[in-house]
Amino acid sequence: MSVLKTLNGNQTIAEAVRQVDPDVLAAYPITPSTAIVETIAQFKADGLITGEFVCPESEHSAMSVCIGAASAGGRVMTATASQGLALMWEMLYIAAGLRLPIVAAIVNRSLSAPINIHGDHSDTMGARDSGWIQIYSENCQEAYDNFIQAFRIAEHLDVRTPVLVGLDGFIISHSLEVIQVEDDGKVKEFVGEYQPLYPLLDTSRKMTVGPIDFTDYYFEHKRNQLEGIENSPPVIEKVGKEYGEKFGRAYGFFEEYRMDDAEICIVVMSSAAGTCKDAIDELRDEGKKVGLLKPRIFRPFPHEKIAEALKNMKAVAVLDRSSSPGAFGAPVFTEIRNSLYDFDIRPKVVNYVYGLGGRDIMVDHFKEVASKLEKIAETGKADEIYGYLNLRE
Amino acid sequence: MKKETWKELTIGTINLEAGNSVKNLTGTWRSGHKPEFIQENCIQCFFCWLYCPHFAILVEDEEVVGINYDYCTGCGMCAEECPSKEKAIVMVKEEIKLAEGGTT
Repeated sequence: MSVLKTLNGNQTIAEAVRQVDPDVLAAYPITPSTAIVETIAQFKADGLITGEFVCPESEHSAMSVCIGAASAGGRVMTATASQGLALMWEMLYIAAGLRLPIVAAIVNRSLSAPINIHGDHSDTMGARDSGWIQIYSENCQEAYDNFIQAFRIAEHLDVRTPVLVGLDGFIISHSLEVIQVEDDGKVKEFVGEYQPLYPLLDTSRKMTVGPIDFTDYYFEHKRNQLEGIENSPPVIEKVGKEYGEKFGRAYGFFEEYRMDDAEICIVVMSSAAGTCKDAIDELRDEGKKVGLLKPRIFRPFPHEKIAEALKNMKAVAVLDRSSSPGAFGAPVFTEIRNSLYDFDIRPKVVNYVYGLGGRDIMVDHFKEVASKLEKIAETGKADEIYGYLNLRE
Repeated sequence: MKKETWKELTIGTINLEAGNSVKNLTGTWRSGHKPEFIQENCIQCFFCWLYCPHFAILVEDEEVVGINYDYCTGCGMCAEECPSKEKAIVMVKEEIKLAEGGTT
């Protein structure tokens, strides 16, 4: 039965894990994702899940267990954050290169130094070229819904690529929210049976997984790997639509909020989008034609669809919760500006880095961005392309 | 040997052809030196066979009889390890022939 439950982001992921009940769960606890692993351990102790629960000695080993278990033919998941994801780094590429549909919940947290346990997107942005599909969640409900859909996307035969689901550290992972937890049976039915392609446990077939490639094959194998993530957009679309038909909450590549007649737009992912919606409502009450575009899928980046949604704006501000040292703008900004390049008439696009290390972003900060956008739209000129919000200058 | 295009490869780098490393003729890696077997000096200790990283020591009827140059990379370990007073394997110069396609 579909029920309303009061859960925080970590519990909501654990609840989805209990319902999907993967064959192998391997994870090492790290703040702020610890409670996911802790709750799963409790579920295992209480006999509520049947999957193997493995506690290795590090996140590097956790991802290695996932790779081994997925190669053996299992449905596999993990959860981590920040330094934990960083420690998994080399194994993330191997999971993607071997086309193993592992699903990971990443509770977004800053990277050291200085050490900080709070939420920003530095961890998953650091993994953005590892070959994993990346989905970001605004709140607990989205984290739950995205995590369930992730299995269907990862395991689709055209895709067979690992998926990570991001939820903001503390802001989502530790905030209680009343969420709709769907019926166990219906979730299992939605996710379906997993059919491994070349399981190592099938001893009737002789094969090698992950052999060495020299200069004459590596390039072809990497191109072959790209096919999975490049095939994923129609699958992501179909799964999001089907989820809506079954549970009443449909998902696409991004969410547009009050964009119909908007002339200026703020682009922001994850939990800050919720605050931004309040700011947009207040600005709309003042008669300002401002809208929000909240990317949900960051990899593969839905460049054509986003460009289509933004091309008629006068000015766009992209807000990034991570920085890319030495680059011309932070990760989401560079994608969006790049997506708009081929249009002859295109909006001015500026970038603001916000919220590093869990620094608050409030309604007034979004209003400040909107007033800057108004000025840019009016004059057609942007004084600064790249700036910071709520930073002591 | 015809090499596959990226579209023809099995997903996830999986290699379904067990034992296909015999097609990888590592002898093409030799670069200027090759071992020469001198039968009359051989004491049949099998050190060369034991040390060879590429299984390139030819054995017939439980006796070392020579070198398989299809796989010998010319590393020289066999000649180095040969304990015979008069060496049964010595490294000699070899004219380099560049193999087409490089590695296989």
